[in-house]
Amino acid sequence: MNPASTAAASGSSAGAGAVGGASAVAARVRVRLPAQLQKLAQLPAEIVVQVDGAVTQRAVIDALEREHPVLGGTVRDRATGKRRPFVRFFAGESDLSNASPDEPLPAAVCESREPFVVLGAIAGG
Amino acid sequence: MSSVRLLVGTRKGAFVLTSDGRRERWKVEGPHFGGWEVYHVAGSKANPERIWASQTSSWFGQVLQRSDDGGKTWLAVGNEFSYEGDPGAHLWYDGTPRPWEFKRVWHLEPSLDDPDLVWAGVEDAALFRSEDGGKSWQELPGLRLHPSGPRWQPGAGGLCLHTIVLHPGDPARMVVAISAAGVLSTRDGGSTWAPANRGLRSQFLPEPEAEVGHCVHKVVAHPSRPDVLYMQKHWDVMRSDDWGASWQEVSGDLPSDFGFAIGVHAHEPETIYVVPITSDSEHYPPEGKLRVYRSRTGGGDWEALTEGLPQAHCYVDVLRDAMTVDSLEPCGVYFGTTGGQVYASADAGDTWAPAASNLPAVLSVEAQTLP
Repeated sequence: MNPASTAAASGSSAGAGAVGGASAVAARVRVRLPAQLQKLAQLPAEIVVQVDGAVTQRAVIDALEREHPVLGGTVRDRATGKRRPFVRFFAGESDLSNASPDEPLPAAVCESREPFVVLGAIAGG
Repeated sequence: MSSVRLLVGTRKGAFVLTSDGRRERWKVEGPHFGGWEVYHVAGSKANPERIWASQTSSWFGQVLQRSDDGGKTWLAVGNEFSYEGDPGAHLWYDGTPRPWEFKRVWHLEPSLDDPDLVWAGVEDAALFRSEDGGKSWQELPGLRLHPSGPRWQPGAGGLCLHTIVLHPGDPARMVVAISAAGVLSTRDGGSTWAPANRGLRSQFLPEPEAEVGHCVHKVVAHPSRPDVLYMQKHWDVMRSDDWGASWQEVSGDLPSDFGFAIGVHAHEPETIYVVPITSDSEHYPPEGKLRVYRSRTGGGDWEALTEGLPQAHCYVDVLRDAMTVDSLEPCGVYFGTTGGQVYASADAGDTWAPAASNLPAVLSVEAQTLP
């Protein structure tokens, strides 16, 4: 079984109280990766990262880079911290790409009901 | 028996080609990092089993890979290339200031004697150095902070530092080339730099003989005569006998003096190779004939080498890092094309045969001569 599925099935350790504010309990956030980054980091399509405090884009990517250093700099620029132009972030049907990196993520992501999706823009014609 | 390993970077991954010393049959392994652009793959001179690869993507940025087993397995190492201090601005295509921004590693130049030491030439143009095998990178900011830096302007491929020439007799001396700033040299290990472009003439510049602004495509030197430099410029093939203090044109009777790649014979420091390309708007060989030109006089007089190369309807390009030599006897010469061929000559260019075909567009070729 995919470890992410296990995490999703067992529910999140973060309660609704984690949304929008710091929580004393670490949240386990599901993150779905594009194929190129799965291959680079030798990871499955979906993983779980542990986020301490408020569950924001920045916190999730901090955790992603901390737990998988090979992904450092691949979804956001190392110098500026900005999302790479051809990378998008989604949660459910919401495109969060242009949201503030410090804005709380939707409750469904914080509670592991939905993954935080990192998507590479399609290429081709 | 000696063998040769070719390290090939392409638009869609890296390939490792190996052959015994006859260099007739090649085993092709790869792609490594499939789907990613690999600008350069370079092996350590001190430990040939150690190889670095610049893996890059417009989507996911820069990754640096290292192998310690001759390219069989790879490990991602450090990819943090941070400019020292306030990076400042260079000129953009339209002449307006543009902040320096790291984009990718174009070229890796391993130390001649230390397996943990490697230099990286990057876009936007700067020089970095790693002393721990690529885990961490430090900029040598004296180059980017040269007073001419704010006047550097990108060529069509970006403002890239694509050439690093180490001086085998003096580790404090180094030459780099930047498109489109030109050549700069240091005599103090990279703390201070001076433009080395006297004698270059570029008609596209308001001042054709300006101190900086030249679109130098590649510079090479022979290890036994490091003060002699050969250059393929945007237009013009050039030569310096005083380590870049002055340059003379040696295009001679070439059918076109536009091109990207240039190489030096391993045992004959006055024997050099270029691949003429029609023009800066027609990036393919003149008349659709893929010809390597060899000069045995350090430039000026050139002969076409055609045996085994397509002589009709060939419209590929040969990029700046895509030509190299081995150190066997006779000298092997290799080049890769944007059509995905890697051509090999085991007789110093007299005859050619494909070592690989139908690869993605080739960006770089390096040869390792193994015992």
